[in-house]
Amino acid sequence: MNTTIMLFLLQDGITNGAVYALLGLALVLVFAVTRVILIPQGEFVTYGALSYAMLATGQVPGTVKLAVAMGVVAFGLDLFFARKALHARLVLRSVALNIVFPVALLALTYALVGRNTPIAINIALALLIVAAIGLFLYRIAFQPIAHTSVLVLLIASVGCHLALQGLGLVFFGAEGLRGPALSNAAVSAGPLRFTGQSLAVYGLTVAFIVALWLFFGYTKTGKALRATAVNRLGARLVGIRTTLSGQIAFLLASVIGAISGILIVPITTLYYDTGFLIGLKGFIAAIIGGLVSYPLTAVAAILVGIVEAFSSFYASNFKEVIVFFLIIPVLVLRSLAAPAVEEEKD
Amino acid sequence: MSTLLSVADVHIAYGKVEAVRGVSLEVGANEIVTIIGANGAGKTTLLNAIMGVLPLRGRTSFAGTDMAPSDIEDRVATGLSLVPEHRELFGTMNVEDNLELGAFRIAKAVAAQSLERVYALFPRLKERRKQLAGTLSGGEQQMLAMGRALMGAPKLLMLDEPSLGLAPIIVADIFRTVGELRAAGVSVLLVEQNAQAALQIADRAYVMELGEFVLQGSAKDIASNTRVAASYLGFQHEGESAI
Amino acid sequence: MSQRLPLIIFTLAMAVIPLIPGIPPFWIVLLDNIGLAALVAMGLVLLTGVGGLTSFGQAAFCGFGAYTTAVLTTAYGVSPWLTLPASLLVSGIAAVLLGIVTVRLSGHYLPLGTIAWGIGLFYLFSKLEFLGRNDGISGIPPLSIGSFRMLSPDTIYYAIWIAVLVSALLTMNLLDSRTGRAIRALRRGHVAAEAFGVQTPRAKLLVFIYAAVLAGLSGWLYAHFQRAANPTPFGAQAGIEYLFIAVVGGAGYVWGAVLGAGIVVVLKEVLQSYLPYIFGGQSQLETIVFGIMLVLLLQLAPAGVWPWLMSRLPFKPARKTPDTSLKLEHPARASGTSPVLLHIEKARKQFGGVIAVNDVSFDVNAREIVALIGPNGAGKSTTFNLITGVLTATSGKIAVLGKEVENAPPQEVVKLGVSRTFQHVKLVPDMTVLENVAIGAHLRGSSGAISSMLRLDRTDEARLLAEAARQIERVGLSDQIDQLAGSLSLGQQRIVEIARALCVDPQLLLLDEPAAGLRHMEKQRLAALLRQLRDGGMSVLLVEHDMGFVMDLADRIVVLDFGTKIAEGAPAAIKRNPDVIKAYLGAAA
Repeated sequence: MNTTIMLFLLQDGITNGAVYALLGLALVLVFAVTRVILIPQGEFVTYGALSYAMLATGQVPGTVKLAVAMGVVAFGLDLFFARKALHARLVLRSVALNIVFPVALLALTYALVGRNTPIAINIALALLIVAAIGLFLYRIAFQPIAHTSVLVLLIASVGCHLALQGLGLVFFGAEGLRGPALSNAAVSAGPLRFTGQSLAVYGLTVAFIVALWLFFGYTKTGKALRATAVNRLGARLVGIRTTLSGQIAFLLASVIGAISGILIVPITTLYYDTGFLIGLKGFIAAIIGGLVSYPLTAVAAILVGIVEAFSSFYASNFKEVIVFFLIIPVLVLRSLAAPAVEEEKD
Repeated sequence: MSTLLSVADVHIAYGKVEAVRGVSLEVGANEIVTIIGANGAGKTTLLNAIMGVLPLRGRTSFAGTDMAPSDIEDRVATGLSLVPEHRELFGTMNVEDNLELGAFRIAKAVAAQSLERVYALFPRLKERRKQLAGTLSGGEQQMLAMGRALMGAPKLLMLDEPSLGLAPIIVADIFRTVGELRAAGVSVLLVEQNAQAALQIADRAYVMELGEFVLQGSAKDIASNTRVAASYLGFQHEGESAI
Repeated sequence: MSQRLPLIIFTLAMAVIPLIPGIPPFWIVLLDNIGLAALVAMGLVLLTGVGGLTSFGQAAFCGFGAYTTAVLTTAYGVSPWLTLPASLLVSGIAAVLLGIVTVRLSGHYLPLGTIAWGIGLFYLFSKLEFLGRNDGISGIPPLSIGSFRMLSPDTIYYAIWIAVLVSALLTMNLLDSRTGRAIRALRRGHVAAEAFGVQTPRAKLLVFIYAAVLAGLSGWLYAHFQRAANPTPFGAQAGIEYLFIAVVGGAGYVWGAVLGAGIVVVLKEVLQSYLPYIFGGQSQLETIVFGIMLVLLLQLAPAGVWPWLMSRLPFKPARKTPDTSLKLEHPARASGTSPVLLHIEKARKQFGGVIAVNDVSFDVNAREIVALIGPNGAGKSTTFNLITGVLTATSGKIAVLGKEVENAPPQEVVKLGVSRTFQHVKLVPDMTVLENVAIGAHLRGSSGAISSMLRLDRTDEARLLAEAARQIERVGLSDQIDQLAGSLSLGQQRIVEIARALCVDPQLLLLDEPAAGLRHMEKQRLAALLRQLRDGGMSVLLVEHDMGFVMDLADRIVVLDFGTKIAEGAPAAIKRNPDVIKAYLGAAA
């Protein structure tokens, strides 16, 4: 085997794998806290990437309007569920979060768009837009059914995916888009060339993993999120608002998804429906990690990226088949290793 | 003595079946009140509804304010706390994290003091503070559940069957602690199968049957009531028939 | 008879629909699609709703069915009817292979695993040369009987709906049987079912294969309906949709699958044809609205439409009253001559570094009630699990009637005449008391899945139910026999567990905290029952914390502390034993 080709493939695999790792982490986070298997994670990726790409070309992405619309629905739901005990503070908080925040985003977008805004501003705007959508998505779709079974949540999750993907086509069209690179710098090491973009991918992935580890291990909010994941009723009994935990989890997941999208859109052309497949690969990593372990998920994601890179070189036709069947031996190993434990369900 | 918790004419239903019918109850400051009764009488249902876990119909107030509009989390913040029948600990987190989370609504400095007090009350928990809650023995888990509730500095602690499934020697320990809580200014509402132990430490008692209170009074009076003695305490007075 | 009436009416109505003059042919196409989807969803009802195994991959099994007939009829000229068994066989074999690796998965791994191989198979279909890659295979011959060719939607309609009705009947028969109860018990975990001899991995594989074969049947019909097969209808999206159909209809209800299929297919059709008029031809709008409606529907009726509908009907289905005069034969067991029923010698169990049971030895003799007491965490429940085969001992010897158990699984231990109850009640809450107790008699029946589906199991079934009813009467719960187990109080549920254990016709009964949650009177009744069982020749080993109950009832007491036996003897001696007082009873007792 040619060493240079192998190194190239490895590099390619690790870069993609790092993105899958980020997505896998977000999936694990959301599942642990809310028991939702976040199929629309892929849409956060495309929304982030393509909003950023549109902003860079001086257009207003439709996502910001979606954020406003979802905010209005969320506000309506807040009022409806609190109708028996409306008080000013609650209404004000709801107005600020669900109406003022997205409307301000909309105004800001219109004010800034087409003025050759720096990349950093465009990134920040894209992130905020997707964060708002993630937050409202939890409020609208999942908070009312938070107590139901994993299966019902999963199907609702699929429903969200369908709706958001359809909206993606309306917002971004069927044509693919690319975004400007974060940095044009490049470093060479032997036969390999590391672009600033791929270095940013590595750096951000590592930074996120460390940040999540610190957040969950050492902060009160992080521990409260974990507690919600372990025992919802127990968490409520010590005064942790599980709805707040769910919103935080979705907020983090949507930001992570959007960042992943922004990281890859300068490297590959993204279409409105590309996110789903990318999300699914993060998903495979998350499953291999058992939906609980962050480090294992990260390692598995890198592995998925490498397998994908090698199979696209040697058997490009069967690339997806190989990646998706990769999960089976892993699942078998896991179920053999795990002792037969009694599950208490329903 | 001021009234802390007041529950008036409360009904609780599961679907069409009323599990609790027209129950009224009061708990004062510095008071231990117990509800005794057979399994399925509606005791656990009542506690859960007072906490806000289940919906109820009727008037409830805590520390002088109407409880109707507030949810579980609000009630915790006002000083009401429940140690549920299944304890609901955070099994994969360690003892200290469990206790810290008990003080989720409390300022950090106050929480540090509470932690010392809880450790003084349950020295076993201090020994095990780095152990995962799920690996504790049943008695230790009950102590942790009570400790976690106390971390939130409650005015009223509601205990649901603290003795269930525990060895007699540990039960004695738990009940001793309940007595100490009153001395520390915490009121206790205790639901218990073990009527004998409950009546020994309580000031007042309610007897629940099929969703209704059939008797109430001072713990001493209830303990010497022949009907209660026959059906809950397991002995009969001479010349009296059971129920 | 009244049970059958709605079914007959439904069948007649379906038979008449295509004959109505002037009915738009398009409606018939819709009904064909509903029938095809209902077949797949019916498999999911059994797999997911009843068995608790969620699968997103059912569309792939349709693919196996469709492609099998497509290849055989077009490339090899095989007659369509001959390919039916082949299609079902290929789907079934695929299910065996995927099932062996998948059904072992616990919890959420299972649905996620099915998504992964569902997508993988979709890509495989679309890449393989002999399946025509993305274009698929066309020119599949129609089904025909003699010279009658089912070319139009209203002729194949009958083939599809006969398949639906026959499958529904077979599925309902299966659920209402010995095998069906084993399947229904799966969702609540495997420990309880295995304790009564159910081979849970085999039961799981059975439903998995059953669901796949139904999907394969649907795929086979689909191929001859469309007369073409390509990968798109067998992808992840379709797999998700089938599951959605089952959930909307009410996972767990056979007719929910048909209703759900009707709702979803019609809804999609309406959206596809009317939305463009309202919103001016925007592409993908129907997916958006479909997605939103999906979320909305789940928020309004998370349990599905069928149970919601049923709870609003004025009449309730008739109850079965078992004929208790039918007798079930006693299981043939080696009746040992030794008076020692259970012999435990230096049994030891280590979890990592923790010794849960530390070289414990004791015996239970015939006609004896022995109590195992000790502080929490002393290893009492672990000892129970060692005896019943839920856990395997690290070392030591456990023998029943002189026969060494030697790491036998629970399904084998119960055959020796050892049955048990659980510390945390393990009943199936949405099954009646009668059905729950009948699981205890699982090994005393013999009918399998096929004979149940064909209703050849009725005499066997009647005997099992009669035995269950007798044991329920014995423990005094006859009034609750038709209630759902989940609706009873915890104390009554413990008694139901005892009735279930008695259905084994055991020689040794292991009871884990039977008196917890009982009031004084009920405890006395339980004690009387246990004494009566002992006098009838049974032995009882029980774990219990209520000292009054234990001291009064037990012939002998074994005390454990930190996994070690610290005392053994008659109640009076145990009460005075200083070690026991120090470790367990405390000064007060």
